[in-house]
Amino acid sequence: MELGVAKQEVMGLTGDEAVAYAVKQVDPDIVAAYPITPQTIIVERFSEYVADGLVNTEFVPVESEHSALSTCVGAAAAGARAFTATASQGLALMWEILYIAASMRLPIVMAVVNRALSAPINIHCDHSDTMGARDSGWIQLYCENSQEAYDTTIQAWRIAEHPDVQLPVMVTLDGFVLSHTLESVRVLPDDVVKRFVGQRRYIRVVGHEYKEVPLVLDPENPLTLGAFGMYTHYFEYKRQQAEAMEKAKRVIEEVGREYGGISGRTYGLIHPYRLEDAEVALIGLGSTMGTAKIVVDRLRQEGMKIGLIRIRSFRPFPREELLKSLSHVKAIGVLDRAMSFGAYGGPLFMEMRSLFYDEESRPLISDYIYGLGGRDMPIKLLEDVARDVKRNADRGRVAEPIRYVGLRE
Amino acid sequence: MSIKISEMAGWREIPVAGVAYRPSTESKTGDWRSFRPIVNEEKCTGCALCHFFCPDGAISLVNEKAKVDYDFCKGCGICAEECPVKAIEMVPER
Repeated sequence: MELGVAKQEVMGLTGDEAVAYAVKQVDPDIVAAYPITPQTIIVERFSEYVADGLVNTEFVPVESEHSALSTCVGAAAAGARAFTATASQGLALMWEILYIAASMRLPIVMAVVNRALSAPINIHCDHSDTMGARDSGWIQLYCENSQEAYDTTIQAWRIAEHPDVQLPVMVTLDGFVLSHTLESVRVLPDDVVKRFVGQRRYIRVVGHEYKEVPLVLDPENPLTLGAFGMYTHYFEYKRQQAEAMEKAKRVIEEVGREYGGISGRTYGLIHPYRLEDAEVALIGLGSTMGTAKIVVDRLRQEGMKIGLIRIRSFRPFPREELLKSLSHVKAIGVLDRAMSFGAYGGPLFMEMRSLFYDEESRPLISDYIYGLGGRDMPIKLLEDVARDVKRNADRGRVAEPIRYVGLRE
Repeated sequence: MSIKISEMAGWREIPVAGVAYRPSTESKTGDWRSFRPIVNEEKCTGCALCHFFCPDGAISLVNEKAKVDYDFCKGCGICAEECPVKAIEMVPER
């Protein structure tokens, strides 16, 4: 708040370019990336900034995404600010290192362009790549538009590096819908971004010979990270990660508010829309929720009491905030852009059903799986979903708990 | 500053990130050994190849002869394999 809202330039940027521009302004110590599909323009554009001498970053082109994230792990452990970007199969190849980065509490920032997993080869938008990684211990922030992708990429460093958090952050944006689509993006001046992200801070830990040292590799103060932890200790480290996720909720909100102070755009864990008097609500992640706002507006004109919530932070999952916001709602339609084969519904549906289990009054909750492999989710289909949720509310029961939307029967 | 952390410390107390706060030398991994390298000091030329090859850093040179630290030697046998004068013999532990 100290600065007031900064004067901002409007640029025509794709989602990829918006992320690359934010990373340019943050100017991290290292960017490691594998440049071939399913990689996006993010690192390509950033490598141009490196070539043009506009950043001080060391760019490490590696031979696989596994190596890209491994490089970030090493760099972040040595105290550097590290960034990488990936998508789809690339994220899948990082799997092993995802857990290591989170467990070693390394505040890496990674942009993930949400793209479908093979087979068949597709790489168009859905959330199956990051949903699969939801248990890896990374914070996951899902963006609605390219402006948010820019804004969240800047905030991600502050969240990741907060002493109470110390966790890597995934900033996700919908493949093609955002990543390859030009949008007007308001960008902050470089110095405002620099001041906002500040310097990386290090927490202190008890290391070798019980000496208190900063959590950073340093030959003068040797430290062994993530080496070995048996049944005597492993469990305690996992509990610490759960705690860090819990604390991240407050930090995400604080950072989102502070960012609002300099940009005029405030972010939180969830973003409700016209929910105050709503009887039915749609809930989901990413760019589709932008389209859903239009649907809400249209149906409101017809007199339907409808609103929506876009979840920005899927991990940590904003339990209290959702319960509070949805307490008065009769029926909820969950929009899942990923499947969990053999499970009862999509990943978000499972969270939402579980969320209300202990509540005295529970809304009716139905799941709508949509948009896999880049299948379009137009206004018409979202209206069908909204009307289906309304019918559930009217009849007082869920007719069909799990439906596939936009699928040829 | 030296900070003591008890054996039974809870999750709030131990350092985050799996940082090793107890030296690994507290764990005597020599227990794992099923074969023991025996150095024949008559044959040993003190070339130190075994010292460099030992993955556990368990061989040093004492008076220019190879000396195995049995607290940490896991008995992998690389030293015996690499010794150019066959001065190290692997014998089964009883």
